[in-house]
Amino acid sequence: MSLQLTLPPQITRLLQHRIFHASPADSVVPPSGHTAWLTSFTAGAMTFLAVFALALSLASGRLAERWAGALDRTATVRIAAASGQIDAQTKAVLAVLATTPGIASARALGDDEQRKLLEPWFGPNLPVESLPLPRLIEVTEDGSGYDAEGLRQRLTAEAPGAVFDDHTRWRKPLATAASRLRLLGWLAIALIGLTMAAMITLAANASLAANAQVIGVLRLVGARDSYIARAFVRRFTLRAFAGAAAGALGGMLGVALLPSADAAGAFMTGLGFHGAGWLLPLVLPPLAGLVAFAATRAAAFRKLRELH
Amino acid sequence: MECVATKSAISKPLSFRNIPLRLVIGAFPGNSRPRLEWGIAVIAFENVAYNYGGGELLSDISLRLAPGSFHFLTGPSGAGKTTFLKLCYAELLPTAGHVTIFDHDVHGLTRDDVAMTRRRIGVVHQDCQFLDHLPLSANIALPLMVAGRAAPQGDLSDLMGWVGLDRLAHSLPPQLSGGERQRAALARAIITGPDVILADEPTGNLDWDMSLRLLTLLVELNRMGKTVVVATHDLNLIRQAKSLTAARVLRIAKRRIQLAGADL
Repeated sequence: MSLQLTLPPQITRLLQHRIFHASPADSVVPPSGHTAWLTSFTAGAMTFLAVFALALSLASGRLAERWAGALDRTATVRIAAASGQIDAQTKAVLAVLATTPGIASARALGDDEQRKLLEPWFGPNLPVESLPLPRLIEVTEDGSGYDAEGLRQRLTAEAPGAVFDDHTRWRKPLATAASRLRLLGWLAIALIGLTMAAMITLAANASLAANAQVIGVLRLVGARDSYIARAFVRRFTLRAFAGAAAGALGGMLGVALLPSADAAGAFMTGLGFHGAGWLLPLVLPPLAGLVAFAATRAAAFRKLRELH
Repeated sequence: MECVATKSAISKPLSFRNIPLRLVIGAFPGNSRPRLEWGIAVIAFENVAYNYGGGELLSDISLRLAPGSFHFLTGPSGAGKTTFLKLCYAELLPTAGHVTIFDHDVHGLTRDDVAMTRRRIGVVHQDCQFLDHLPLSANIALPLMVAGRAAPQGDLSDLMGWVGLDRLAHSLPPQLSGGERQRAALARAIITGPDVILADEPTGNLDWDMSLRLLTLLVELNRMGKTVVVATHDLNLIRQAKSLTAARVLRIAKRRIQLAGADL
């Protein structure tokens, strides 16, 4: 007795209709069409980009905080004088700083520290001792504040080669730039969301137009707009969610593969997610589904009013 | 066209779906001519005109379709039979006058109201459109599905058997012949037991035997109290129907509807 391995096509169709289409409303719309993969692809690509925008935004936020936090209570005194006078002026500056209210500590950077500061530009083993480099003094406030202008005048009087820099000049633009970058990241996410909504609306419109005959038949037999719209909305929402989930995972993988903080340097070191931040990209697929739901629903009702 | 009061309506008990039938004279305001009409019409036209944009297709049509009546609609091609039927289920809105379906002016119906109204009207289109990706049985049960009602498998099989489609239950609509599509469209139109059945050339692609079979089905539905309107060119079918039931014949000519004479 031979074993029949394939189902007759009629039975297959029946099973597909009865089992695989859980929602009756969903089954009234033909399952195929270019809008299916277009919606998933758009949602996936947009979410992939959104993950990077999110990473950029979070990194910019951290950078802005770090810069602000690290620099807002520090200042630098730079002493540029003849080699014979540097040590004397350094002592004089340290003495002035020690007696200035609001200054917690002050210390002159050693040759090794200066070499390390210059290493990114001049490479290792720079003979700083043989170069006419200015001496740097790192000043830390105690939080109560100090009279910067008064200190500047006193330093000029005690050490003519000393230049006081409280970092205000370049700290503010940096903090502002980081803030703007963070804002730009959020703006990019919003734009990505809007673009996705627009693309899904176009795909939904195309699908509705392509299924004008189906809609006509459904209206003829008494289907309400909400019934017809539900079939399209459910389908597009699920497609967008699935595409966005794939995009989010891809994006997270991409972020994870970025160079680590130690291997690279500067700004790129922070571009990634830290700790619970890795959960944030997981919010994007439901958000994409929500965007698809709203966009398709609006498009469906608008198109239905036009069609019949 | 003034009034339609059919024998079938007269022969019924004086109620239909709990709506009492009553004799009314001059039902439409502004029209002083007395008319003989029965009760609340399921569909009523009052000075209706329809303009496609290229001239008036229907003009000054007033009539009432009584509950339980059976009408044939005849007329030359392009006279407006299909348009008339489309006005009957609010697919088209009159450009002048009023169409009332189940006592509601179509101009006042929301889209949801139209949908709910169509659940009480079974329509057989000339071109018989289906959902091509669904099997025939699902297409026939579609009105039940959109209404959130289940189709008892036995009833569906019986109905498909009656219209000779039981062996094609799992076929897809594109695989059907013109006649099979027409029978399927009729089955779909009546599966919910609608109050009104509107059929546009339902036997156009059928042989005489199958035409008679469908006619018998329509007559039986009419005897159950359904209002039936059939647009057709087939005079033999009309003659046959008149031998079975008290069908009246409306003729569209020169943009107006008239009661046809006994020469049919």
